[in-house]
Amino acid sequence: MTEPAALKLKDMLKKPEILTSGHRMCAGCAAPTIVKLMGMALRGPTIVCEVTGCLEVATTIYPYTAWKLPWIHVAFENAAAVASGVIEAVDVMREKGRWSKEHVDVIAIGGDGGTFDIGFGAISGMLERGHDIVYMCYDNGAYQNTGIQRSGGTFPGQETTTSWAGKVSPGKEQRKKPLAEIVAAHRTPYVATVNPYHHRDFITKFRNALEVEGPAFIHAFSPCPRGWRSQTGKSMELAKLAMEVGLHPLYEIFNGIEYKMSGPSRRLKELRPLDDYWKTQGQFKHLFKPEWADFKKGLQEQVNADWEILKKKCGIE
Amino acid sequence: MTAVKRVPKDQITIEGLTGDAAIAHALKQCDLDVLAAYPITPQTIIVEDYQKFAADGEVHCRVIPVESEHSAMSACVGASAVGARVATASASAGLALMWEILYCASSMRMPIIFTVANRALSGPINIHNDWSDTYGARDSGFIQIYTQSCQEAYDTTIMAFKIAEDHKVLLPIMVCIDGFILSHNVERVEMLPTEAVENFLGVRDPFIKLDPDNPITMGPLALTDYYFEFKEQQDEAMYAVPEVFAKVEADFEKMTGRKYGMFEEYKIDDAEIIIFTHSTPGGTAKAAVDVLREKGEKVGVLRLRMFRPFPTKEIVEAVKHAKAVVVFEKCRSFGAPSNPLALELRTALYDLEKRPMVVDFVIGLGGRDCPPTTIVEGYEKTKEYLKKGKAPLFETLGVRK
Repeated sequence: MTEPAALKLKDMLKKPEILTSGHRMCAGCAAPTIVKLMGMALRGPTIVCEVTGCLEVATTIYPYTAWKLPWIHVAFENAAAVASGVIEAVDVMREKGRWSKEHVDVIAIGGDGGTFDIGFGAISGMLERGHDIVYMCYDNGAYQNTGIQRSGGTFPGQETTTSWAGKVSPGKEQRKKPLAEIVAAHRTPYVATVNPYHHRDFITKFRNALEVEGPAFIHAFSPCPRGWRSQTGKSMELAKLAMEVGLHPLYEIFNGIEYKMSGPSRRLKELRPLDDYWKTQGQFKHLFKPEWADFKKGLQEQVNADWEILKKKCGIE
Repeated sequence: MTAVKRVPKDQITIEGLTGDAAIAHALKQCDLDVLAAYPITPQTIIVEDYQKFAADGEVHCRVIPVESEHSAMSACVGASAVGARVATASASAGLALMWEILYCASSMRMPIIFTVANRALSGPINIHNDWSDTYGARDSGFIQIYTQSCQEAYDTTIMAFKIAEDHKVLLPIMVCIDGFILSHNVERVEMLPTEAVENFLGVRDPFIKLDPDNPITMGPLALTDYYFEFKEQQDEAMYAVPEVFAKVEADFEKMTGRKYGMFEEYKIDDAEIIIFTHSTPGGTAKAAVDVLREKGEKVGVLRLRMFRPFPTKEIVEAVKHAKAVVVFEKCRSFGAPSNPLALELRTALYDLEKRPMVVDFVIGLGGRDCPPTTIVEGYEKTKEYLKKGKAPLFETLGVRK
């Protein structure tokens, strides 16, 4: 039976949680909140396939599990492939009378390492084959689980343990992969960026992703106090701030071509300066040294330009 | 599922099939739910033929044309986890790319059938046969069965599902054929009617599965406090294989009159020298033995089929009377004292008070031809070593030095 998504506070409180308390995620980590919001969007029986990562190791330390849904982890780079097997098997077994449920949603979850980098081939394959799967990337901007190494999702200027800020280096120098757009370029039916601060936007989009036929992709921004050297109580604020400075704008892409800016981003009169975001986190503190002033300026120009391009794609101005 | 009965002759279809086609036909009859595979020579025909069956609506199965072998095995694990009957096929580099997930599949106790057309590993890149690919995966937790003929490949593929899906086992199986030598050579194959195969196998009854009504967590993190116990249980399952294997083969024999055993014994009862090998060199060795026997030589062949679990006790019993066992194997374990097959045999024999001399020949790497003369050359060398009372730990045969 299809249940409604919980968009009002009173409905949210009624939704059974899909992740129990007592899991071992770090204090202030946004990932459990993201999973909780995902749970509020569900419409019925669901199977979750997850890659190796923080969320996986900290929620399923044998003999315990925090998951109240059927859940499988196999390896770091293959949740999209595992999910492909799950959905096809369920569908054919239903045809053969060996699966009682009318419908099962299959969700694959990966961090930025498992999604932008090592698992990307499997995701591209999943998208091309068109399985009815929702893939969600919770993006905390680095390989936080293995100790804060740079990934394809790491921002330029970000210091990690493999992109150190040093005398001659301002941290990571390369751009972040435009993941949502790369996924959309497969002509994926539905792609959306979300953050856990804008929870109604999150739940609505996740529900859209479930309801669309064929693959859908959710790119969730996930603050990580441990890796970012930010305050544990500030994660939701940082999620909002990342939207406000234009580092993680909120938008949807339909069928790979139709862009739509989402309310919170659309309502911005202008982007807040990146400095406002950088100064909240230890991983960017080197950027305030005088030697990186030009580098910093370049990054601000890049974000401004990207923002204008995105607005144009969304038909704004 | 009703009791297994002998299939009458008039219901048997006889066709000339390659090893790959024989496997594809077997898979067609096993009522797969999901096949996920990526093309690689010399396995490709298995997947091509199966896809043709799917395109013609002859199978009710979802074929997932994955973007890599890594994803092939991953999709198999996902499908198997919800209770589906699942198969894949690969070889060489493809198997190497699956490597990581082989260990996951066996540890997660997924009864996946993996048909392999054995092929050399790169580099240099080479498409021909040796056993380096599956020998490398000997510790992956897969059961490994090596076959010599197209008929045996067909029969073994069918039996493999029943063995793997048995609740005492719940392990994945590699069914191996020699690349090109068997995969691309046409032989006479007797095929069962599909109803008989379906009746023999029944429908998979998963022990546990991903089920929204009874949610469980599969593939958790297990550290110093539990990991070892998982491995212990995997090993225990391996030791349950011979009993289940024998039962399945007995049923299959009732249906077809054919059985193969964990290994084939050929003229070994009075043999002073026993040739120990498997796959197609097993056939070559038997032909060589026939000729040598005519000349009065006391020689036989033990053709291994099941490499994992290794039938240690049974093999020791079968060869312990011999003066020497001469191993022919298509794999070199670089820097090792000898090579995978001989290492197993030497370990198995070590505790005997009086043990046969073990002589080890590496042959046929990268598809180098292994004619009967190669077998005879190894046999003659073994006789010399017996006279001297000493043999090298291993030698390569048929290579320019």
